Amino acid sequence: MDDMMFLTFLATLVGAAWRLATPLIFASIGEVFSERAGVLNIGLEGTMLVGAFCGFAAAFATGSVPLGLLAGIAGGMLFGLVFAVFTITIKADQIVVGAALNLLGMGLTAFLFRTYYVSTGKGIEIAQPVLIPFLSDIPFLGEAFFRQNLIVYSTVLVAVLASLVLFRTSFGLTLRAVGEHPKAVDVAGRNVAAYRYGAVMVGTGLAGLGGAFLTLGHSNQFVEGITSGRGFIVLAVVVFARWSPIGAFFVSLLFGLFYALQLMLQAQASIIVPYQVLQALPYIMTIITLVVLRGKGAAPSKLGQPYEMR
Amino acid sequence: MSQKPFLRIDNIRKRFGPIIASDGVSLEIEEGEIHSLLGENGAGKSVLMSMICGMVRPDEGEIVFKGQSVRFNSPREAIRQRIGMVHQHFMLVPNLTVAENYILGQGSALRVINDMDKVHARIRELSDRYALDVRPDAIIEDLSVGEQQRVEILKVLFHGIDLLILDEPTAVLTPQETDRLLSLMGDLVKDGKTVVFISHKLDEVMRVSNRISVMRDGRVVHTVNVGETNARELARMMVGRDVRMELPRSPEPPGRIVLSVENMTCRAETGLPAVRRVSLDVRAGEIVGIAGVSGNGQTELSLALAGLLPVDSGRVMLNGKDITGLDPARINASSFSHIPEDRHKHGIVVSMSLSENTVLQRYDQKPFASRGMLNRRVIGEHTRDLIKRFRVKSRDENQAIGALSGGNQQKLVVARELARNPDFILVNQLARGIDIGAMEFVMEEMLKQRDSGRAILLISTELEELFAICDRILVMFHGEILGDLPPDRTRLDELGLLMAGQTEQPALAG
Ligand SMILES: Nc1ncnc2c1ncn2[C@@H]1O[C@H](COP(=O)(O)OP(=O)(O)OP(=O)(O)O)[C@@H](O)[C@H]1O
Ligand SMILES: [Mg+2]
Repeated sequence: MDDMMFLTFLATLVGAAWRLATPLIFASIGEVFSERAGVLNIGLEGTMLVGAFCGFAAAFATGSVPLGLLAGIAGGMLFGLVFAVFTITIKADQIVVGAALNLLGMGLTAFLFRTYYVSTGKGIEIAQPVLIPFLSDIPFLGEAFFRQNLIVYSTVLVAVLASLVLFRTSFGLTLRAVGEHPKAVDVAGRNVAAYRYGAVMVGTGLAGLGGAFLTLGHSNQFVEGITSGRGFIVLAVVVFARWSPIGAFFVSLLFGLFYALQLMLQAQASIIVPYQVLQALPYIMTIITLVVLRGKGAAPSKLGQPYEMR
Repeated sequence: MSQKPFLRIDNIRKRFGPIIASDGVSLEIEEGEIHSLLGENGAGKSVLMSMICGMVRPDEGEIVFKGQSVRFNSPREAIRQRIGMVHQHFMLVPNLTVAENYILGQGSALRVINDMDKVHARIRELSDRYALDVRPDAIIEDLSVGEQQRVEILKVLFHGIDLLILDEPTAVLTPQETDRLLSLMGDLVKDGKTVVFISHKLDEVMRVSNRISVMRDGRVVHTVNVGETNARELARMMVGRDVRMELPRSPEPPGRIVLSVENMTCRAETGLPAVRRVSLDVRAGEIVGIAGVSGNGQTELSLALAGLLPVDSGRVMLNGKDITGLDPARINASSFSHIPEDRHKHGIVVSMSLSENTVLQRYDQKPFASRGMLNRRVIGEHTRDLIKRFRVKSRDENQAIGALSGGNQQKLVVARELARNPDFILVNQLARGIDIGAMEFVMEEMLKQRDSGRAILLISTELEELFAICDRILVMFHGEILGDLPPDRTRLDELGLLMAGQTEQPALAG
């Protein structure tokens, strides 16, 4: 490979990484909110699938990508509502409910898809890249950063906004306190359950959006199990990111890079590594992350624990 | 002013299931006074105060504040009426700064926080005014218990209050911090505030109060002016009988060496040296006290002996066997009992029942288990027996220990550790949160243990406790043992100097 080719390769790689990271960015920022409030939602895989399916179905019916995205968010939040009722109001174990929702999400979307859509075989219109004037013409950089669709660009906005909300508003402050010392929040006169509901809704809404991106901004089809474990990778991203939205953005990018690398190396005829090994790369990185960062502080201290009101 | 009380509590009742926490309690607090509340563990002091500050809602009865009947649904509503409380267990979020804790829950939820500078300035101003030494940008988890308490008090002042309720604020403070707190209470009253003060320490109560109320079984049974009473009488009001402040002791000579520490050195969790070349022996039939201002290595010494902190050098021998560096379970199994300083961290599992907590170290041994199965009947009987003997106020042995009042949790820990028939008993803060009646009983039990040949090491910041039962008192300062004195009250000055690190006898004047 000469230098030019290598730079082109790199630019394509970074561009693809950002695209592939987009669902992770949304979902992991959402999960940061949820976990900061003390709610560990491992049902993200199911939630993202529901988002992907709802987004697809809505876009299929209306032909509109924005409506599809909204439907994805709504689908995710509906799923989140179920999770919240069980874990916050009924105080069922968060892990058990999350696992159940994963199974439900997989089964439900597969069932609905087969029943209504699989025979049509038709795809949908997806979000097109928006070339940013001038910037997109910069060699290499343009390819990497300024030829994406609007959903991909919006990840930056979401990350910055999420960080501001979490660290610069009264809502965010209370949310962080809820995950550490819910009783103190209770005493300060705020409703702990309401904040946890809010956090779960933000979390699952964003997970739904992440899922919808898969069908509306990436592939133009719904496929059973289209999330292929992203909902679990998100959990690792959050740990790696130390429960910070900006951190989640960059860690997601890193994981996106693994995905992209894997895809592009597969396409390189000269690489002799079996493609299964490359495919496993993101998952291997997830495991390594979790092992290396195991038990290293910073996790909200009431993560996973229900709160007993007085 | 005295015709119309500042705060009037009228015939309040509150039950938790079968437990009656307030049984028609009435109390009047006057404006500008320091009113102390005394009572045995579980008498209902904390619950009553929680109702005044909106944490708990009464079942029946009326609270009249500044002439108006009030009914709070949350502490926030109470704060709005200028009533604030500092709880036995702090309500501070550990990973936030002081200032962030103060503005938690204030204003609209969607508010953008952009006035942090003003908040910081106000905190500094208040902190200076009352000499509280609170930094607005300090993170709570970096602060000592005493500092956190000042942060809690300042929080209430920050919100603006006329009535301040302090629930056992001195239980976790060093004597110096206590002095500081008591004088702060005086300053607050001078500023027109009213203070309700809960404590088990009669000397503190006598020092600061204007009036004192005594609670028993969910009711106020006496209210007296401080000038018309004394500690002995107060104790009798609380317990319903005379409490002996001096316990009789048999002068048995101590026996063989049970615990021997040789040149032990260890570091605190922060990595700083905490215990420096400490050597001491405790013999059978002897209670050895360790006095000292807290923070001089006592915590680390006791944790290291119990195997909860690594020993850097030196040896710990128990009954002639080297137990240095063994894990806590092995040390526990070698006839070693431990009544820890921080019962929530090292003593009990709050969410588990009294029964489960009593067999925490022995659940896998006969008679509590056989063939790998728990014998619930035996465990239950054993626990009921301890509850009865130590008068642990509880519903039954299956109740979660976390629902007991603080003093009753401590009683169960003491009961459990003594019931194990150990050769050696390590105690760090025996009295923590225990009322004086229970204190007398627990001290008697300690003396009985001593007389039956146990070796006891009693670490305490309360000199009274040490004088009452120890056979000799060591003084710890900066991680070293500085002196070895008999429990002779006439040598109090010498003890005080040693606690301050002065080993030289001051030259006699003249
Ligand atoms: N949330 C609760 N649930 C059940 N019982 C409770 C609860 N809070 C208090 N109690 C019970 O009410 C009684 C009074 O408790 P309270 O905490 O007021 O005692 P206290 O006088 O403060 O004792 P201490 O000096 O030990 O702190 C106790 O028997 C306690 O077990
Ligand atoms: Mg209490």
